[in-house]
Amino acid sequence: MDTSESLPLAASAPLAEPPAAADSGLLRRLYRAMALTRAIDREALALQRQGVLPAYVQVLGQEAAQVGSAAAFDPARDFAFPTYRELGAAMAWGVDPVGYLASHRALWHGGLWDPRAARFAPVNAVVGGPVTHAVGWALGARLDGTDGCALAYFGDGASSQGDVHEAMNTAGVWGLPVVFFCQNNRWALSVPTEEQVAGGSVAARAAGYGIAGERVDGNDAVAVHAAVRRAVERARSGGGPTVVEADTYRRAPHSTSDDPTRYRDRSEEAHWAARDPLELTRRHLLAAGAADAEWIAAADDAARRGAREAADAVSALPEPGGEEMFAHVFARPTATLREQQSQWREWREYQVEYQEVAGRD
Amino acid sequence: MTELMEQAPAAGTAVPAAHAGVVGGAAGAAAGGTVVELTMQQALNRALADALAADDRTLVFGEDVGRLGGVFRVTDGLRRRFGARRVFDTPLAESAIVGMAVGLAMSGWRPIPELQFDGFAYPALDQIVNQLARMHYRSRGTLPMPVTLRVPSYGGIQAPEHHGESLEALFAHVPGLKVVSPSTPREGYRLLRQAVADPDPVVFMEPKSRYWDRESFDPAAEAEAAEAAATGPGSPYTLRIARRGRHATLVTWGAMVKRCLEVAELAAEDGVELEVVDLRWLSPLDAEGLAAAVRRTGRVVVVHEAPRRAGLGAEISALVMERCFDALRAPVARVTGYDVPTPAGPLEAHYLPDADRILLAVQAVLEG
Repeated sequence: MDTSESLPLAASAPLAEPPAAADSGLLRRLYRAMALTRAIDREALALQRQGVLPAYVQVLGQEAAQVGSAAAFDPARDFAFPTYRELGAAMAWGVDPVGYLASHRALWHGGLWDPRAARFAPVNAVVGGPVTHAVGWALGARLDGTDGCALAYFGDGASSQGDVHEAMNTAGVWGLPVVFFCQNNRWALSVPTEEQVAGGSVAARAAGYGIAGERVDGNDAVAVHAAVRRAVERARSGGGPTVVEADTYRRAPHSTSDDPTRYRDRSEEAHWAARDPLELTRRHLLAAGAADAEWIAAADDAARRGAREAADAVSALPEPGGEEMFAHVFARPTATLREQQSQWREWREYQVEYQEVAGRD
Repeated sequence: MTELMEQAPAAGTAVPAAHAGVVGGAAGAAAGGTVVELTMQQALNRALADALAADDRTLVFGEDVGRLGGVFRVTDGLRRRFGARRVFDTPLAESAIVGMAVGLAMSGWRPIPELQFDGFAYPALDQIVNQLARMHYRSRGTLPMPVTLRVPSYGGIQAPEHHGESLEALFAHVPGLKVVSPSTPREGYRLLRQAVADPDPVVFMEPKSRYWDRESFDPAAEAEAAEAAATGPGSPYTLRIARRGRHATLVTWGAMVKRCLEVAELAAEDGVELEVVDLRWLSPLDAEGLAAAVRRTGRVVVVHEAPRRAGLGAEISALVMERCFDALRAPVARVTGYDVPTPAGPLEAHYLPDADRILLAVQAVLEG
């Protein structure tokens, strides 16, 4: 099996024009967030191997797409809607890494950061669903008269779901401030883009909705950031939604439970590893004179330290108490839920007592 | 660009104040504090208008609810009065209607979306079950979902397929959703105000066969009652005794309340006094009130339009057994739709519980 012929980007594809010297701050910011993402990704995989995380979904290879897009937004006035593989976006957005990893430690499905304060929605595994939420949020922002912009993350797989069409069409009809950011990472679990996306491009669909669409090298953080920045500016100025499709690659298995050798060739992974997003950003940094090797080494060190701290902290988080099951279903627990909670507590106390008497664990 | 966005103001512009005029149709004809006679459709229209006027974060949207005023005219005149920014038509996209309600709630709005017909709730079920019902839980309460999802429901008007379904068991099974169904114009007004004020997502199932029933009531008093129910010390999710009786209890909701009251009239001619319980809230269900009612007669017939298998009648029957088995003097009987898709035209009358089928069940529990 060799699908590399159909890959749109050769390893030697040219980089986006390096940003002007004034943007070296941005280049450094992009690199720091990508390095942190890479380091946390490694730590999380290790935690999964150690049995601390029941499963993990690596973001390896998609750091530029996620960090470049999120960094083009303002977390103080915008709102992001992730799926379940958005570590890089979360880190660039400023989400607490411990709260983010708590979702992968299965302490709480949505994660343990405050999505309202962070303006970064909870993890969502029905991958087309949150795209409509972004449209609703953008409508709310428009009705409030703010210039807030919604960022909807989804992938080539989710692009097949009806919700993505409903969301794009509605946003197009109303000209809402949304950036539909598609990470086309070539594989929706085991199904390649060619068998997923008719016509080959999600961005091309934008034309049918009468909205802007752009396809970008998703491994080049600078190119991604520039494209998304244009989309955000368009949205803020009343120009309506944009579909940005970032061509990238999921270099790791779909999840730690997956075996990609059943559906793709290792040479394809190697091909994309040669266009490593972090390496490309290092080249940008050096070419722009924004950093030297020493700065890069120090940034990598800081990322590793931050990742280790986050890994230690998430490992040390307490498991939620059983009361938590009942506490958050409604604003106030109903009589039935209070009743079930007290039944649960009685049963739990009996269990504990029995274990003490029987000397069992 | 549609009217919605053409009318959207620039940043910082205040929402235009609603003028104090008359709502479209006959609804809203009276000032507060007086008794008016309204149809269910007018009462719901009045409740929406009053909710829109009371809270400028409320929004009404859905298919054909704006320019047309809704296929049943429940939203008639609302766009004219409150503007296209607060009452607007959406594209024909049920999943996006509910998904947008989720996003709007996340940005601090209080959406009142409509799904045009019961059968059109199915295309939105993912958003209802996986998103709307769970966002509060998923976010540990940081993203509340004060959404009232109006769904014209049930059969009885010989409508086309997908226009006469009873989805309450489906909704009531979903953790995180509340489900309510009014039976009369007064109930419709009060329960809709209560649903909109509720902090959680509420599926509001309107009995479309009762849209044209009339009732006299004082909307202002009902609004106060809704407010009191929401803020008082007791549970706001209580059933209602629609008729007192001592021989047997009919437990029902929505459109079937009227039918059960007719049955009670017929039974009274034979000296049988039937109590009629209008559950109103199907989730949370007033189990305490139900048990108290059952204890008064010891004989129960549950009546609903939905198919019998795994219908709410089964849940009610189980609740009665769990809470007052000792008081039962006969097995709980169920009179329901059959386990078939809602049939077309003239067969609908055979499918829906009618007076004779209910009376037969009453006879069985009286003899049991």
